[in-house]
Amino acid sequence: MELTFNEVTFIYSPGTPFEFKALEDLSMHVPSGSYTAVIGHTGSGKSTLIQHVNALLQPTEGSVQVGDFVMEAGKKNKNLRSLREKTGIVFQYPEHQLFEETVEKDIAFGPKNFGVEQKEIEERVTNALEAVQLTEDVREKSPFDLSGGQMRRVAIAGVLAMKPKVLVLDEPTAGLDPRGQKEMMEMFYTLHEREGLTTVLVTHSMEDALTYADDVVILNDGKKFMEGKPLEVFKRKEELKQVQLDVPEVLEFLEKVEKRTGISINYEKQPIAELAKELAFRLERRDDYE
Amino acid sequence: MRERIDFSDVTFRYQEDAPPVLKDVDFFIDKGEWVAIIGHNGSGKSTIAKLMNGLLFAESGDVSVDGSVIHTDNVWEIRKKVGMVFQNPDNQFVGTTVRDDIAFGMENHGVPREVMLEKVAEVLRDVQMESYEEHEPHRLSGGQKQRVAIAGVLAVAPDYMVLDEATAMLDPKGRQDILETVREVQEHSDLTLITITHDLREIVAADRVIVMNEGEVWFEGTPREVFAHKDALSTIGLDVPFVAKLTQEMKKHGISFDREPLNHEEMVEELWNLHSTK
Repeated sequence: MELTFNEVTFIYSPGTPFEFKALEDLSMHVPSGSYTAVIGHTGSGKSTLIQHVNALLQPTEGSVQVGDFVMEAGKKNKNLRSLREKTGIVFQYPEHQLFEETVEKDIAFGPKNFGVEQKEIEERVTNALEAVQLTEDVREKSPFDLSGGQMRRVAIAGVLAMKPKVLVLDEPTAGLDPRGQKEMMEMFYTLHEREGLTTVLVTHSMEDALTYADDVVILNDGKKFMEGKPLEVFKRKEELKQVQLDVPEVLEFLEKVEKRTGISINYEKQPIAELAKELAFRLERRDDYE
Repeated sequence: MRERIDFSDVTFRYQEDAPPVLKDVDFFIDKGEWVAIIGHNGSGKSTIAKLMNGLLFAESGDVSVDGSVIHTDNVWEIRKKVGMVFQNPDNQFVGTTVRDDIAFGMENHGVPREVMLEKVAEVLRDVQMESYEEHEPHRLSGGQKQRVAIAGVLAVAPDYMVLDEATAMLDPKGRQDILETVREVQEHSDLTLITITHDLREIVAADRVIVMNEGEVWFEGTPREVFAHKDALSTIGLDVPFVAKLTQEMKKHGISFDREPLNHEEMVEELWNLHSTK
């Protein structure tokens, strides 16, 4: 399912002293089945943006299109239900939203609300548990007896049990340890591929954007500051600096190496082992330098 | 009496029938040091923090601060010496203005009002928040909130400050700002810093690192020594800096380094030396 923002402006509390323009004239297109990373600092408008995806917020100006659902400024929305069934949002610290007695009930809550049949619900719970790599034995446990990482997985399973077509992830790895972060990102990528999802990842991590995303959108002060393929966007170091963003560490490092030693290595997402090999080879051979 | 925090054979469990989260943990932190405690979630790091100022008490073994074993009778004395900043900035505010909030800790410790006002201004300068005295803490950004929380701790003038994943909820810029703030404060005082963290930058900045795994001290050393154990660290779920990973991989191709580089600058210099002496 594709996702399009057409010149969207959003103003909080318009006409009051607290009026605040969180998005301004923002246009972007996320093709069906693609993985897009949205990057920007705290206050850049990322959270406002994702709340438009399932119509928790309605644009003050402009329109948002999700599949064949169109949401326009000033028009009442019909059929929100079917939109929300198809768009799964994993908010920050989703484990804070767990509330049921058992893991199973918590995961089943969404589909149940949408009138899915019991037999189908059970199947979905099983699949969702498997998708988030939790074992069957947690099913009857209280979610509050699980570790932080497991609780987060339960909350994500609840979103997946809705069988969304669009998955929006708001900093899904915040607060996890490094291994937990990597496992979680790999899990989402597997789901993205396997289910043919349209994925929007809101992140601070340039590394994750570089590793997983097809496209990158950079927000600043509610406006689109840059967009493109990750490697292209991250080459524009000076512009990124203007909005206080760093380029991914590997690119920054290779640039320093080139400046100091003249050895230039073209980065094409090769793993560290390969970079090391290339660098070692060039050091030994000295190539055509000097 | 040595001025330090001392853990001797500390064992701790949250419930009687549960397995211990800390097993015979033994280490010390000298006054003036900056020590990072790392380990994956569930390794016992945060429990250590809570034992350091009497939020929890050891089941067996002793935790002592400057020679006094912590127990229920001296816990208020200990808390004057050991300040804490936690992960979630929203959970640690009590005042309606930044000034009130910082004053709260001092009031509890019976500091006179005139001294208090002066001190508030001073600690806010330390964390570069001097123009925010009248602001509501809840309306600040995450990074600003953590700086106010740090100021609140500094106001009580502790000898030891524990930052328990205090930057985990911040964006990269916010993290860096806090790190710089803390570093500056430490430079012009003899504050002891104990940072419990996953952040590689925070770890590299420390004097010494204690690595926890499954409730036990797994390794102790300088950041350079710790990160030289790349493969072992990754088996216990920890990450190492990009530079350390690259170094290890290059060694496999016969490149040897004079000294393990820890950051970009050191690594680039090593490469330059290798390149120019060929």
